[in-house]
Amino acid sequence: MKKLIPFVLFMILMLLLYIGLSLDPKEVPSPFINKPAPEFATYDLYKNDIKISKQKMLGQVWLLNVFASWCYSCRAEHQVITEFTKNHQTVVIGLNYKDATEDAKEWLKQYGNPYDFVAVDKDGDIGIEYGVYGVPETFIIDKKGIVRHKNIGPVNRDSLQQTIIPLVKKLEAE
Amino acid sequence: MKRIILFLMVLLFSSTASSVTVEVYEFTDKQHESLYKKMITELRCLVCQNQNLADSNAELAVDLRAKTYKLVTEDKTEQEIINWMTEKYGDFVLYKPQLNSKTYLLWGGPFLLGFLSIIGLIIFVKKQKTTVEIEPEDLKKAQELLK
Repeated sequence: MKKLIPFVLFMILMLLLYIGLSLDPKEVPSPFINKPAPEFATYDLYKNDIKISKQKMLGQVWLLNVFASWCYSCRAEHQVITEFTKNHQTVVIGLNYKDATEDAKEWLKQYGNPYDFVAVDKDGDIGIEYGVYGVPETFIIDKKGIVRHKNIGPVNRDSLQQTIIPLVKKLEAE
Repeated sequence: MKRIILFLMVLLFSSTASSVTVEVYEFTDKQHESLYKKMITELRCLVCQNQNLADSNAELAVDLRAKTYKLVTEDKTEQEIINWMTEKYGDFVLYKPQLNSKTYLLWGGPFLLGFLSIIGLIIFVKKQKTTVEIEPEDLKKAQELLK
């Protein structure tokens, strides 16, 4: 019995270390999951008279993909997003975060524009409302306007196939 | 000698100058100013993670300082600003975690450990005190040997 105590203590320590090491400090849990997406109202990058808001998106599942021309990892992600929009009807809105209009247009010309709308967030106010702290970030919002998933950092093929597509399909069936 | 002193003074000031935040906000209310300063030292910059908003020059930190300034001048209380921040960025934005069901162990842990070690200590001390029972035969033998 006496010999068992150090062993048990050791196992507890190992368990705590294991939990500590398996957590990713870069991934801050989003407080938005299962909460209503913040309201916003802005205009489209190409057509200033098109108003984009959360209210208009109610009734359908949509993705909000935060991107910027100055963001390097957005380039790799952009291919994955483009692939997604080719195979799925789901509306994807690009949130052009803290970017110059001309730079954003140039970037989309070069890498292609998969977005249904490109919402302009020049001062980053919408980004702050959505708790964006590292571009790119992607939100999945359901028919009732509730945030159901947040992908921090670039969406890759694995997270697209394993998380995003199954969730979007499930939400669209709801 | 004077030159050396001057040089050292310049060194001293250069190091403090680099930690000063760039933008300057004007406050008409002294209370606003102190609350603003308190908030930006207690809120974490999420991009750099090991710096607070006051020390960081990351763009997000600049934006969040501006937001804090706005909230402070709108007469928001400390708790209201904390709520606003945690609503958007979660508890992680706070350097000092709030007391809630998730953090009971964090706040109570040290007290719990202290309590347990005191109990352990008491048990240990009590064990030490217990006199060893000596068999009557052994006692007799000992007494005879000592004669």
